[in-house]
Amino acid sequence: MAWWKYVSSRKIFWPLVALAVLMAFNLFFTPKFFRIEVKEGHLYGNVIDIIKNSAPIMLLAIGLTLVIATKGIDISVGSIVAISAGVVAMLLGGDLLGVPKYPIWIAMGTAILVSVLAGMWNGMLVSRIGMQPIIATLILSVAGRGIAMVTTNALIVWLYIKPFRIYGQGYLLGLPFSLYIIAVLLILTALVTRRTALGLFIEAVGINPTAARFAGINAKNIIFGVYAFSGFCAGISGLIVCSTVMSADGNNAGAGYELSAILAVVLGGTSLNGGKFYLLGSMVGALIVQTLTTTIYAFGVPPEIAQVVIALVVLVISLLQSGKFRTMIAGFFGKRELAI
Amino acid sequence: MKARFSINSRNLPTLFTLGLFVIMFAVGSLSFPGFLSPQNFLNLFIDNSYLLILGVGMTFVIISGGIDLSVGSVLAFSTMLSSSLLEKSHWDPLLVIPVVLLAGVALGLFMGYIIQAFDLPPFIITLAGLYLARGLCYVVSIDTIGISNQFWQDAAHAQWNVIGQNFISPSVVIGAVVVIAGVFISRSTKFGRTVYAIGGNEQSAILMGLPVARTKVMIYGLSGFCSALAGIVFTFYTLSGYALNGKGMEMDAIATVVIGGTLLTGGVGGVFGTVFGVLVYGTIQILIVFQGTLNSWWTRIAIGFLVFLFCLLQRVFESRKVGKAKKPEAKVPAKSPS
Amino acid sequence: MSDKAPIVEMRKISKTFPGVRALSDVDFRLYMGEVHAIMGQNGAGKSTLVKVLTGVYKQDSGEVLLEGKPIKPDSPLAAQKLGINTVYQEVNLCLNLSVAENIFIGKEPMKLGRIDWKTMNRKAAEVLARLNITVDVTRTLSSYSIAVQQMVAIARVLDSSAKVLILDEPTSSLDDSEVEQLFKVIRKLRDEGLAILFITHFLDQTYQISDRITILKNGDFVGEYKTDQLPRIELITKMLGKELSEFSYSTNNEDKAKASAKARKDISAVLQVKNLGLEGSIEPFDLDLYQGDVLGLAGLLGSGRTETARLLFGIDSADQGDIFIKGKKSSISSPRHAMMAGIGFCSEDRKNEGIFAELSIRENIILALQARRGVLKYISMKKQLEIAEDLIKSLGIKTPSAASEAKQLSGGNQQKVMLARWLATNPIVLILDEPTRGIDVGAKLEIMEQILNLSREGLGVIFISSEFEEVLRCSTKISVLKDKAMIAELNGEEMTESGIMRTIAGGR
Repeated sequence: MAWWKYVSSRKIFWPLVALAVLMAFNLFFTPKFFRIEVKEGHLYGNVIDIIKNSAPIMLLAIGLTLVIATKGIDISVGSIVAISAGVVAMLLGGDLLGVPKYPIWIAMGTAILVSVLAGMWNGMLVSRIGMQPIIATLILSVAGRGIAMVTTNALIVWLYIKPFRIYGQGYLLGLPFSLYIIAVLLILTALVTRRTALGLFIEAVGINPTAARFAGINAKNIIFGVYAFSGFCAGISGLIVCSTVMSADGNNAGAGYELSAILAVVLGGTSLNGGKFYLLGSMVGALIVQTLTTTIYAFGVPPEIAQVVIALVVLVISLLQSGKFRTMIAGFFGKRELAI
Repeated sequence: MKARFSINSRNLPTLFTLGLFVIMFAVGSLSFPGFLSPQNFLNLFIDNSYLLILGVGMTFVIISGGIDLSVGSVLAFSTMLSSSLLEKSHWDPLLVIPVVLLAGVALGLFMGYIIQAFDLPPFIITLAGLYLARGLCYVVSIDTIGISNQFWQDAAHAQWNVIGQNFISPSVVIGAVVVIAGVFISRSTKFGRTVYAIGGNEQSAILMGLPVARTKVMIYGLSGFCSALAGIVFTFYTLSGYALNGKGMEMDAIATVVIGGTLLTGGVGGVFGTVFGVLVYGTIQILIVFQGTLNSWWTRIAIGFLVFLFCLLQRVFESRKVGKAKKPEAKVPAKSPS
Repeated sequence: MSDKAPIVEMRKISKTFPGVRALSDVDFRLYMGEVHAIMGQNGAGKSTLVKVLTGVYKQDSGEVLLEGKPIKPDSPLAAQKLGINTVYQEVNLCLNLSVAENIFIGKEPMKLGRIDWKTMNRKAAEVLARLNITVDVTRTLSSYSIAVQQMVAIARVLDSSAKVLILDEPTSSLDDSEVEQLFKVIRKLRDEGLAILFITHFLDQTYQISDRITILKNGDFVGEYKTDQLPRIELITKMLGKELSEFSYSTNNEDKAKASAKARKDISAVLQVKNLGLEGSIEPFDLDLYQGDVLGLAGLLGSGRTETARLLFGIDSADQGDIFIKGKKSSISSPRHAMMAGIGFCSEDRKNEGIFAELSIRENIILALQARRGVLKYISMKKQLEIAEDLIKSLGIKTPSAASEAKQLSGGNQQKVMLARWLATNPIVLILDEPTRGIDVGAKLEIMEQILNLSREGLGVIFISSEFEEVLRCSTKISVLKDKAMIAELNGEEMTESGIMRTIAGGR
């Protein structure tokens, strides 16, 4: 049983189990759920769709994982997605012949730059001015929608530039191109946080800010940095959103993504109380969220109502993380501790 | 009574907001012909009474040190619920209104209970509430529901003259009643004072024997009530239920409260200030309309910026106060889950 | 007084917490019309006893009588209803509410379903007048000093049902004139027949205000005395649990003192402090620390020991004075500056200011060193393990592995982990605030042994402990603190427990 103990004590274990259970459910109740076809050398099917559709959330979750690890929160990511999409769309232009106004790399670079600036703004409010993270990011969450709408002149901008399609719709070696972007960003983030002391410092700040300060860690810079990074991730996510639908809708792009991304992070094992973070767990969490949504759709439930389910899952997960709730449950089931 | 209206540091933020409003209104009057008219002033209330009602509820939440992100969605839900009950179920309006209000209260109490009983951060629970209520809208109906009910039509089109040819709408009266009730509750009832005490120092409030747990749940119930009422008032404008109503309105509500001088850290502020917060908000809106070339979304950006400015002012204010008198830090119970 | 029956009588109270016996068979009597002080060192059981009385804790055995009848309050509120009221050090009121409201909230006078502000303000002014205070009761509490806030807290609990008033460290943030003002009020209330239980760490104040003193030590009842019949030196010896005659010898190793005196001539000071101070925290002080010195800071609880450490480590910013490290003037305005300058600090509050409970022991140990090297120069895992395992071995940290979470360790081992964290940075000066608190005897000895070892290796150590014995055992010289000021430095022969106690008892 030693292997079992080892396996079940890994943080990634329970998220994977949850994902597997969801998949198994689909295996029985949703016909053709697992069918994967090869069309024009690309893989098609529900499972591939899930991966493809969860790409924007996965990207957001990478940044949010670090923010939440510092005991913070960023609910402006959905709006930054819209800003990024708006900026790139305006710079590329809606030319029907597909001639971009500015080179694609300039358009994308600018969109990412603007997003990083937005993240830095959040970081400044939280780390320098000392605002509560929820308020600081709420400001940008709403004003950001305004910025996105102003950027696009409150119009939905359609794009006809073929090369730009690849980021959201393209395939490479049979797999969705966005998957490679996520992989690269994930690996880079993992390297930067785990091959330098950054990850340790982030966790230290989240677990015990006072002790971190007393140990000589510059907590302010770290907090500033994670919000800036969260903006960066949201920027890339915005590019993919824009490329997927080949349009930028300042009002609806990225709407509600913040909740899905927070849920993904929390499902992945990172606690809202800060501390240890699990990047890979967050990725699995994003897949769970997307599978859940897809499953709900498969039952013919309109997409809008799927929000109710997501919201309920957030409630349940929050409850499970509440110390008071656990003691209550532990009281019901004897002294056994809940393994979460 | 006199002391409470004298100029002291407590009234300062509200006076600042009043000044801001006067300046903005003056700038508008000088720049645009037709801006300065009694009716234009009354329009501020006519156009924003739903926001005023939301703001009153939000004021209580923020004074207690909490936050309610669900107000916009609960508003949308109550527009859907009332239009559906009126048009699809053909209920009597006098039955629809209490039912819708009760639904709002129930949603609020539910969130408040979870926040209080399980010691969870208000923002995450009300954020879930935001999506829950938004989703419930679609459960009621995916499509927009128009309201043709006579009572609603009358309420929507009624214009009551005050001061000559200038008029107000029933919504303004409802808003005024809510404000007066809010001022009364916050100043003259035990519940209201307990809200302030909780925002000042929750631990102390418990030690002073105040019913903290009950009050905290009720605060969210009150906010739910205001959101539902604001939803009904909102349908007086639009005469329809639409699931995307009130998107991002939580920020507008929070903004009016913060601009009205209520501290986001809780304990200081009041319903009266929120009225000025709404006036400033409304003036920004009409300024942008009068200006003509600017996109209406600039309102959002301007409001975001104002909130930032006021938060900044509050921080400066706080740090100055802390610097003057060193106070022992209030002990907060450790929330470690271990 | 003794012919009357006590209003509160606590008989044979015992209370055990996991691993600690906080109170064993403690008796306590409180009479009407007296001020009664409870004295004792850290861990003596004062606060536990008071918490049993106010319903925060339930005793394991023994009984509490109020006016001869047994009572069992299960919360501070229940105790309040019985007439037992407490005013805490950190004023438990709402600073954002008006003075009048703080007195009456929860029991406001009502008229026609609304709060009757006029009556409330009038009544509030009346109650405060009883305490000889005239303030504008409509202003917010935050606009008044802590002293007034204390009075308001007292006023709140003063109604007809109040029988017992417990003042828990009410004077710690007051200046002299404010203390005098408070004492006037206390005396007035005492003369009106209230029974007052006064808890303080200030010896002078105990003698100024109290009629009777109960002394506790390590959870045991030492005795109950009339204040005017208990000389100060006796109070201190009883608090520490030794008779004066036992203090004739010095526990200090004389060679050590001499060695350090000799060394001083040819070794420059590693840390020099000139006139460093912060108003309201600690009065300006000087300090010289040489290589290999262990400077003990001795003083009772609340005497300013921790405040001294916090200034030196840059947690609080001094409002005057200079710090020199190895002769160079250093501006230390944050813990990070202090660390870069070569100072290490182990806080007395391990849980909140020291240990990262969910991080591994390895991570806890290398954290400060890593912070010093910066984010990018990550210490390789191999090197990390090497450092951690070295220190685990040399400090004798008992753990299955360096990968265990810090929260699984005992208090003593957590303390060693913090020590290890700073040793890894190879500091010039190490400040240890109560490193032996809350850990078992064996671990205490080991930690003190480590301190001596470190000083032998040339580190300058500042050692803070409530246990004078420990201070004497480790230190090469001792600074004595009292009432937030450094009042004397003891060297060589003067370094005895009785010397410290006489210094403290003798006033400034």
